[in-house]
Amino acid sequence: MKSFTGKALRWEWRDGVIELTLDREPANEIGLAMLGELEQFVAAIGALVPETSACIIYSERRHGFSAGADLRELYQTAAQLTEKERLSGVRAFLGRIHAVFNAIDAAPFTTIAAVHGVCFGGGFELALTCDIVVADKMARFAFPELRLGLIPGFGGIPRLKRDLGNAFIRDLLLTGRSVNATRAHAAGLVAQIAAEGEVLRIARATTAQIVKFDAVTSAAAKKFIKPIPHEELCREIDLFCELFARPTVMAALKKFVESTDAMPYLP
Amino acid sequence: MRTLEQTTQEVLDLASKHFKVPAGSLAPEDDFFKKLGIDSLQTLEMLSRLENHFGIELPDYEVQGVSDFRTLAARIQSRL
Repeated sequence: MKSFTGKALRWEWRDGVIELTLDREPANEIGLAMLGELEQFVAAIGALVPETSACIIYSERRHGFSAGADLRELYQTAAQLTEKERLSGVRAFLGRIHAVFNAIDAAPFTTIAAVHGVCFGGGFELALTCDIVVADKMARFAFPELRLGLIPGFGGIPRLKRDLGNAFIRDLLLTGRSVNATRAHAAGLVAQIAAEGEVLRIARATTAQIVKFDAVTSAAAKKFIKPIPHEELCREIDLFCELFARPTVMAALKKFVESTDAMPYLP
Repeated sequence: MRTLEQTTQEVLDLASKHFKVPAGSLAPEDDFFKKLGIDSLQTLEMLSRLENHFGIELPDYEVQGVSDFRTLAARIQSRL
């Protein structure tokens, strides 16, 4: 399938490049709708591989790449379940997310996250599956999960550790603060900074360079240098579920869902 | 080195320009949430603009609970 338009995203293949556009109101929150369509995307990748050199993941939403997991959906779903059902439900959801994110991470073509605005939590974790991050100078990155009594659950810690090392993760994780594109660039997370509104153009210019290379060689180089940290990813799911079982998490989710604070991602 | 007054004026000018509020209609003691009518995502935009303009990092937790331009400028001033 060379193009697809769903409720949360769409993709289009053209001249060896796939553009995957996230487009779910208000800010590409990742819940069941987004996950289901990401699964469809991953299922479609196989047929496109022989004629694909690169993929750009981009957001059509004004406020940013993605605000992260759909916490309203998570809270509303979890609130109707028993504790046992809640835990098995969240584990199953994380299992599906990890399968999709691992597939994007290991895709045998070069992936670029073209990021603007907020790139928080699960959205940040999606960007981290990509090989190259290009960021609008107004982009902001954060792992705000600790405010809920949780850790990032979509593979963010192992992937950021793989890419950058431990100190930058500790700063983001343990303070919950957001950092701008300049800081993320200095840390090595962002490869290129784009002027405001230019991130997609910069990402396309990058793919125009990438498609000049032999796709088999690029895929081999990527496989050699970018191992998936499977063991740590599995441990992350276990730890997330262990923390999720505590009653404080549901209370924190409720507080977030009902919050009208200017910075609801901070405690 | 900027004075606090200069920093405050630059914050007001930046907010006025970005949120398309008439220049001179904002005062240091104004509550910027009320005056600009901004939500949480726009607050992050403003934070990015301030960081880019002043060439600093301003952790979110330092501006959490701050609602007037003068205090915001003082937080920035301490990082210049």
